[in-house]
Amino acid sequence: MSLLSVRDLTVKFAMRDNTVTALNQISFDLAKGERLGIVGESGAGKSITGFSLMNLLSRPGYIDSGQILFGGQDITQLSEAEMRKIRGNRMAMIFQDPMVTLNPVLTIGQQMVETLRAHRSLSKAEAEQIAILKLREVYIPSPEERLNQYPHELSGGMRQRIIIAMALLLDPELIIADEPTTALDVTIQADIMELLLELCQSNKVGLILITHDLGVVSQMTERTLVMYAGRLIEAGPTREIINDPQHPYTQGLINALPQQTLPGQRLKQIPGNMPSLTAIPTGCPFSPRCEYAVDHCRKILPEIVRYGQVEVACHEVSRLQNTNFEEASA
Amino acid sequence: MLAYLVKRVFQAIAVMFAISLIGFAIQDNLGDPLRELVGQSVSEEVRQQLRDELGLNDSFMTQYIRFLGNVLQGDLGTSYFFKEPALDVILKKLPATLELVAGATLIIIGLSVPLGVYTAIKPNSVLSRIIMGLSIVGISIPVFLTAILMIFVFSVELGWFPSYGRGDVVHVFGYWETNFATADGWVHIMLPSVALASIMLPLFVRLIRAEMMEVLQSEYVKYARAKGIRPYRIYFVHALKNTLLPVITVGGVQIGTMVAYTILTETVFQWPGMGFMFLEAVNRVDTPLIVAYLIVVGFIFVVTNTIVDLIYGLVNPTVNLARMGA
Ligand SMILES: Nc1ncnc2c1ncn2[C@@H]1O[C@H](COP(=O)(O)OP(=O)(O)OP(=O)(O)O)[C@@H](O)[C@H]1O
Ligand SMILES: [Mg+2]
Repeated sequence: MSLLSVRDLTVKFAMRDNTVTALNQISFDLAKGERLGIVGESGAGKSITGFSLMNLLSRPGYIDSGQILFGGQDITQLSEAEMRKIRGNRMAMIFQDPMVTLNPVLTIGQQMVETLRAHRSLSKAEAEQIAILKLREVYIPSPEERLNQYPHELSGGMRQRIIIAMALLLDPELIIADEPTTALDVTIQADIMELLLELCQSNKVGLILITHDLGVVSQMTERTLVMYAGRLIEAGPTREIINDPQHPYTQGLINALPQQTLPGQRLKQIPGNMPSLTAIPTGCPFSPRCEYAVDHCRKILPEIVRYGQVEVACHEVSRLQNTNFEEASA
Repeated sequence: MLAYLVKRVFQAIAVMFAISLIGFAIQDNLGDPLRELVGQSVSEEVRQQLRDELGLNDSFMTQYIRFLGNVLQGDLGTSYFFKEPALDVILKKLPATLELVAGATLIIIGLSVPLGVYTAIKPNSVLSRIIMGLSIVGISIPVFLTAILMIFVFSVELGWFPSYGRGDVVHVFGYWETNFATADGWVHIMLPSVALASIMLPLFVRLIRAEMMEVLQSEYVKYARAKGIRPYRIYFVHALKNTLLPVITVGGVQIGTMVAYTILTETVFQWPGMGFMFLEAVNRVDTPLIVAYLIVVGFIFVVTNTIVDLIYGLVNPTVNLARMGA
């Protein structure tokens, strides 16, 4: 049984005069201990997906329909009190910017101890022992002293390590990391990612890694979701997605990677911008920017269809796939 | 820490200099001391001679330095009306005023925190809307009007509270008389304290609410939720502590300001404090007493602000007092 199974998740924002759909019928699965990447341009709905899984959407966002089965239980139906017991305990989250994630007026120790004691009946001393152990796991030097320090006394990289340690405090089954290194110095980004990968592997924790960076996804994850304007447009094993992208949007993302460009050549950016949620075109949302788009694409929304290990939502791909299929059967 | 302390004390001294200068300028321009000393019947020659003797013909600077020297020795002049050192007159009235301010401060602290927190956590509830509506009313009605309305309702119509005076006061130490030792004293201080708090309390409720709502949107509060921290801990540990830090600074300034607000409240309730005294002094053109009042109130203001800044530095871990002093 998969650890997480998201079915037709739809998230809306109730704006003053209309309601916009931020996530449109997203479905995906995550096996125990599996690592999944979510990529897409800014505003695609990656963070909204992460917060929905935690049932932590802030107003005016809400889950409109769909299911989130976590360990077989639909957590969209849980009460706030029941959901609280899952957050930080069975499902932990790592935020983007460690400089603003920790509470400035509480010590590291207080923030770690409170997390443990929110879920387990432990004495302060017992909780501190566990905290020290976890800080060691993320290679924090002299962890005993860190407990008495305030966040502002520590560097960004150190803080993100501490946040990773906090995510691991209660041995969760799933960690959701939303761009955990974008706010950090480039020189330490790789270290933090490596640490996260190592810990997820050794503790057999499932990981959902939200990022812009396809390079990171290919190193860190086994499967990848590609999102566009609140929809899932391609999903499959990371290797397949990187080596043989099907959707023109995914192809565009990969062609825009610096490694794909010869020295001296300009980066190949996808022309145009992703539509805002209030102005999503009819048909395929990517059609205005797509070089293969035909009339059909501008009128009819492509369903997401499975071809082998990969799922794609593109008319052009299905046409090619069907010809291949006809050729093969002829 | 020491460097910051020294720096802060120097700032306070600079402000006191400015206040003394203003006080002296008022004394210099307002009222002729000779009129009070000798009356109408004395000839101009004698007046000139007296002026010379009193040093009133010296240059502004010489007179100011003399004034400053006296002030530093605790000599703020002699009240024309009471024929007593002005400082003594004020110090006798000080306990009544400070107790009134203390009463109002207790009301403000005791109510603004729970009301501000509640309206921030439940911004759309009916009770929150009522509190916010009342706060606007409280802010917009002037203190003296609130005071008169309260006297009308609670003293005249209902007869629950007396309308003037301090009632039974008890000597505690020295000349300090307190309201807080007898039931009658408590009953007397109720209405004036509420009236004095009537503007600051709504301001504080709104300030705490606004700060708290902002803090509740912060990343660290979202993160605390994502860690499964219980709501009461999120509100009262994560959010409230960060909310109160800026409120302390504003609050300290406001408590200083409240000493000045007592003029109106004390006058309406015939409260025998230094605010009431000040208004009488103005009516009698008792210049030394007016100047002494300004200097004493300025001093209280500067001292509370300095203390508040130091407390802020101590409770906020991100303020490094040692570094700020450098
Ligand atoms: N509070 C909100 N009210 C209205 N719309 C919102 C709100 N929060 C997010 N959105 C919209 O939801 C969409 C998805 O946002 P989301 O934060 O998930 O993007 P993202 O893919 O994480 O982007 P980024 O890479 O920039 O983090 C965006 O178009 C955004 O405008
Ligand atoms: Mg995001």
